[in-house]
Amino acid sequence: MAIQAEIQSKLDKRAPIINDFAFSVATKNGSGSQTSNNVLVKSLFRMGIPVNGKNLFPSNIKGLPTWYTIRASKDGYTARKEITEVVVAYNNETAPEDVLNLPPGGVCITTDKIARIIRQRDDISYYVIPVTKLMRQATVPSAFRKLVENMTYVGAVAQLFDIPLGLIYQVLLDNFKGREKPARMNHDVIKLAYDWTAENILKSDPFRFEHMDGTQGKIMMTGNDAGALGAVFGGVNVVAWYPITPSTSFVDGIIGFRNLRQNDAGENTIAIVQAEDELAAAGIITGAGWAGARALTSTSGPGISLMAEFAGLAYFAEIPTVFWNITRMGPSTGLPTRTSQGDLLFTHFLGHGDSRQICLLPGNLQEAFEFGWRSFDIAEALQSPVFVISDLDLGMNNWLSEPFDYPDQAMDRGKRLDEHTLRSFIDEHGKWGRYMDVDGDGIPYRTVPGTAHPFAAYFARGTGHDEMATYSERSDDWIENMRRLRLKMETARALLPQPIIDDRREADIGIISFGTNDDAIREARDWLENEGIPTNYLRVLALPLAASVSDFIDAHKSIFVIENNFDGQLTQLIRLEHPENISHVRPLALGDGLPMTPSWIYQNLIEQEG
Amino acid sequence: MPPRVNQLGLKRTEYRGKPSTLCPGCGHDSISNQLITMAYELGLEQHKIIKVSGIGCSSKTPAYFLGGSHGFNALHGRMPSVVTGALLANTDLACIAVSGDGDTGSIGMGQFKHVIRRNVPFVYIIENNGVYGLTKGQFSATADEGQFLKYYGTNHMPPIDLALEAVIAGCTFVARSFSGDAKQVQALLQAAVRHPGTALLDIISPCVTFNNAETSTKSYPYGKDNEIPLHEIQILAPDYVHAQEEITVGDYEEGDIIDVEMHDGSFIRLKKLENDHDPRNRRMAIDVLERSMREQIFSTGLIYYEEPRPTLAQTEELVATPLAQLRASDLRPPKSALDGVMQRLMS
Repeated sequence: MAIQAEIQSKLDKRAPIINDFAFSVATKNGSGSQTSNNVLVKSLFRMGIPVNGKNLFPSNIKGLPTWYTIRASKDGYTARKEITEVVVAYNNETAPEDVLNLPPGGVCITTDKIARIIRQRDDISYYVIPVTKLMRQATVPSAFRKLVENMTYVGAVAQLFDIPLGLIYQVLLDNFKGREKPARMNHDVIKLAYDWTAENILKSDPFRFEHMDGTQGKIMMTGNDAGALGAVFGGVNVVAWYPITPSTSFVDGIIGFRNLRQNDAGENTIAIVQAEDELAAAGIITGAGWAGARALTSTSGPGISLMAEFAGLAYFAEIPTVFWNITRMGPSTGLPTRTSQGDLLFTHFLGHGDSRQICLLPGNLQEAFEFGWRSFDIAEALQSPVFVISDLDLGMNNWLSEPFDYPDQAMDRGKRLDEHTLRSFIDEHGKWGRYMDVDGDGIPYRTVPGTAHPFAAYFARGTGHDEMATYSERSDDWIENMRRLRLKMETARALLPQPIIDDRREADIGIISFGTNDDAIREARDWLENEGIPTNYLRVLALPLAASVSDFIDAHKSIFVIENNFDGQLTQLIRLEHPENISHVRPLALGDGLPMTPSWIYQNLIEQEG
Repeated sequence: MPPRVNQLGLKRTEYRGKPSTLCPGCGHDSISNQLITMAYELGLEQHKIIKVSGIGCSSKTPAYFLGGSHGFNALHGRMPSVVTGALLANTDLACIAVSGDGDTGSIGMGQFKHVIRRNVPFVYIIENNGVYGLTKGQFSATADEGQFLKYYGTNHMPPIDLALEAVIAGCTFVARSFSGDAKQVQALLQAAVRHPGTALLDIISPCVTFNNAETSTKSYPYGKDNEIPLHEIQILAPDYVHAQEEITVGDYEEGDIIDVEMHDGSFIRLKKLENDHDPRNRRMAIDVLERSMREQIFSTGLIYYEEPRPTLAQTEELVATPLAQLRASDLRPPKSALDGVMQRLMS
């Protein structure tokens, strides 16, 4: 007790830290902690505090350790922090290490059972919750007892850091879709712990939450849901998929939003087929795209591997399709529940022979929504597969965002002829051939089955063909076709979303990146700027790379390409496409399975720059 | 004399495709020929049909019939998934799909089983010759146990019976035929194209180059000598006046004729030959196939039929308009719908 009192006096001198700290919640997978963590994040969101929750979970249904990090930031920084000030140590197996990871002055909230097995540190605050005793007092049916046990830490956290109980109850009601019984049951446990903490724990830390207006008018959602919503507004007709982490919830999202597209009789304009494997899923969307529907699949690395053969076919037969790759860590089965940007090159070059795929690279919720609908316009305009490369971090975690803008462009069905326009085409050009390039942009005109015109039919194939789609093994036909496909890729460069460039500063250093590193980069750049190291920043939104990438490279003395993979894949692509004058382009590549942090970027950039 | 035309005023030649590049005498060409006849006789509109195939000799054939239909020569063993997608995109289309014994029985076994499970309505033809032709004479999974081939020696594996696999998978129309039996192939095609479910035709179609020795059960000589049709088959169109007394006409006694009523009101009339097979009896269908395999009996005809369960598109409860023909206003919900979703996600 003497030690506690000493800490107390030391800590009391610290200024309060309000709305600017991070939690790590350590539990066992499958113990119901997902609901508890979700309640905490949503409650902070409703208090108006900018917040981000990241689930660092195992590939397991029950029992393995899982961590959930919650970062509140009054300044709106929501990237992952390597060090969290507070740990909820509710997993006896990881608790000793979880406590060691706390910074001096940190907070450990744990159970009485676990408190006995962890070595005490004298530079942090311990709050020990008698979980067994509290649960004995709770009127919870035994079947649910284990699942709501984690609500005890929600109650303790609410009391210690000032989250209003009434607000938590509202979030619980939302979580259980308005059903009062489960909301009440969880709330009762939270209240028991809340009251017990008030009476028995002497707060000895400076951390607190306070209402603010940082989330007014903002939404909170996962990237998979945002992409799915975008696809629904993009007119998706056929969804074929095979379950795989972390992309499964993308299709769950479409199932959830499908009603937005039903007619008055409740009939669907979206067919959703759970296929026997990813091969068949890719086949189904290829068949649907060929027949004129807007078709999509969602998968992750191992699924992309299986889809390679259809990706090559769709590229070569020029069939619009949309593939979402919610990237997880490879090679092979890899780390199935950890995030990565390691599929960039594989996806871009997917297919054997000289194939190159169009890729879109969303970095936040708004882009996930936008690419959700725009990917279909691009696929039909270019008559090509489009791969949207997201990742587990964006896909499965809750992110804060401005509300989405309604699509600002009418649907583009591309160069698609019906019986009338086909007649005019033949009048103008003498004939129609599926792969004739009459506009000089590499993009031909297509018909779809069911077109009532005697010359509408053609034979789609993955074999060599001439501009009439007739089988051909002639070298000149082959080369002509490949030349046109390359030309189409050049057309794509200008048609695709252009990089987001911030080059307002007089800076020697330019940062190039893509996807979800954006949050960490934004924060790291602010730190660097404060240190007198200004940087400019280009974020790539699509492949093939836009022309402005090379201008940006030329305009800076030092270029760092920040990416969350091991090999520096975007760097390799830049070297391939812009081989001249790039000795100053260096990768800052990590690839450790976790979302990028500002501190890693800051330290490594300074180290490399020297 | 003016050339004969069908009800659409089209000549039979207008249903042809490009000239075949298969070996002269290939069984597959006679099947293509029967497909042309079928479409001509039934007066089908070519733009309402799609032709889809996998990879292999058989899968080249869609280029050789119905030149007015869209075709897709897809990937090895993956025809069923392409058909699934295309027919979800446009439920107004009919589909004739061609596969081979390698395409279906080996690399495509999974998709074969699952397309049947989903009950995608199309004619699934397997041109079965027991051998890989384009790669020059390897055994396929339907080759007989103990069979000998020039370069690959003796086959020690038991064959897979694709008709039996189809019945087990829940296929509601399963037939076996012989490409040398033009009349039976024609009757089965005319029935299959009317079936609103997966209709599987396993047609033994000899490879004249690699597997036509008399000793092979997939050869012309063997088929000609050993084919035992289960019935004589006749297709009665929906407008056919179905008179009870007619059944006893001719050489047939009452009970020797089975009229299988199809979904569109047409009938498959089966006239009994030497045995009592009733294709509406699943147990009998399995018995016929197992006995045929065990005793190497070349039984042909309609092996199994049942009233089809709902198609995949029906299960999906899709709108009546084909998805591929919906307008932008049907495909993009209004701004108010997005605003509603956004409102629910706000703090």
